Amino acid sequence: MHEMGVAQQMINIALASIPADIVNLKVERLNLKVGKLAAVVEDSLRFCFEIIAKDSLLDGAELAIEHIPVKVRCKVCDAIWEADGPIFSCQKCKDGAVEIISGRELEIVSIELAE
Amino acid sequence: MEIPIQKKVLEANETQAQKNRKMFKEKNIFVLNVMSSPGSGKTETLYKTLKILMPKIKAGVIVGDICTRNDADRLEASGAQVVQINTDQFGGDCHLSADMIEKAARCFDLENLDLLIVENIGNLVCPAEFDIGESAKVVVLSVTEGEDKPLKYPLMFQVADAAILNKIDLLPYLDFNAKEAVDNMLKVHPTMPIFLLSAKTQEGFEPWIEWILDSVKR
Repeated sequence: MHEMGVAQQMINIALASIPADIVNLKVERLNLKVGKLAAVVEDSLRFCFEIIAKDSLLDGAELAIEHIPVKVRCKVCDAIWEADGPIFSCQKCKDGAVEIISGRELEIVSIELAE
Repeated sequence: MEIPIQKKVLEANETQAQKNRKMFKEKNIFVLNVMSSPGSGKTETLYKTLKILMPKIKAGVIVGDICTRNDADRLEASGAQVVQINTDQFGGDCHLSADMIEKAARCFDLENLDLLIVENIGNLVCPAEFDIGESAKVVVLSVTEGEDKPLKYPLMFQVADAAILNKIDLLPYLDFNAKEAVDNMLKVHPTMPIFLLSAKTQEGFEPWIEWILDSVKR
């Protein structure tokens, strides 16, 4: 639901990272990491990004998204597993505490400029 | 040419949230971020909670809605100071962000506050994603929703520090299976304390009030 805001933040961060001394540049690609638990709908993010990027150095840039699986660690027995559904309890220690170690990412990894 | 960045997209919010958290900690204020879908009974639960707490605990409320100050008017009747945030100024945002909380917190005399409750926008998705600098998050589910809500919206129930199952006075009239709802919450978050209560009749309020009082004292 907040993809427009996310797209705007992405563009702000990407533009701020471009050194001022590069002229005539074109951003070809934005590399992103998006965790499966991040509350972001990919189609909606692409749509919002395309609209906001217009008339900026990012116009036409491709969004390359690496999807990060949800990994959970049991704080009792230290087991680590990939959760492919909404159940986060440890198979062995049913009611023990768990922590999500990946799957909530929403990060810009890098931008690629056209040569 | 590739320019490495390695930054969180929501970094600006997270930085502000950390500043908020530091400020609230310095002032010794327990900040509770209350989240749920629309209509779960957050406002009524908080109104009744504040009515019980208010003589002992100095409490304030920040309440977020897209439009109207209806909830603020209801909550003010408890005696607590209430600040309403309307996100239609921000394009009808689906969540409260850390900078909105920072601005709203300036309306309170923070030296004279033990508990600040933030009633977030009714939404089980986005508020889970946005840190506002709170001390704890509470999610409210009601028996007029589905038992499987925790499985449908796992992030919300995973990040919550406690959960309320509200409107239990309606259980005799519904096919809702409270045990199944609690089991589903525990599948998503096995160690989460869950309070079964009715904001209307105040059945089950004692453990919930105790949890807040313990959290405020800590």
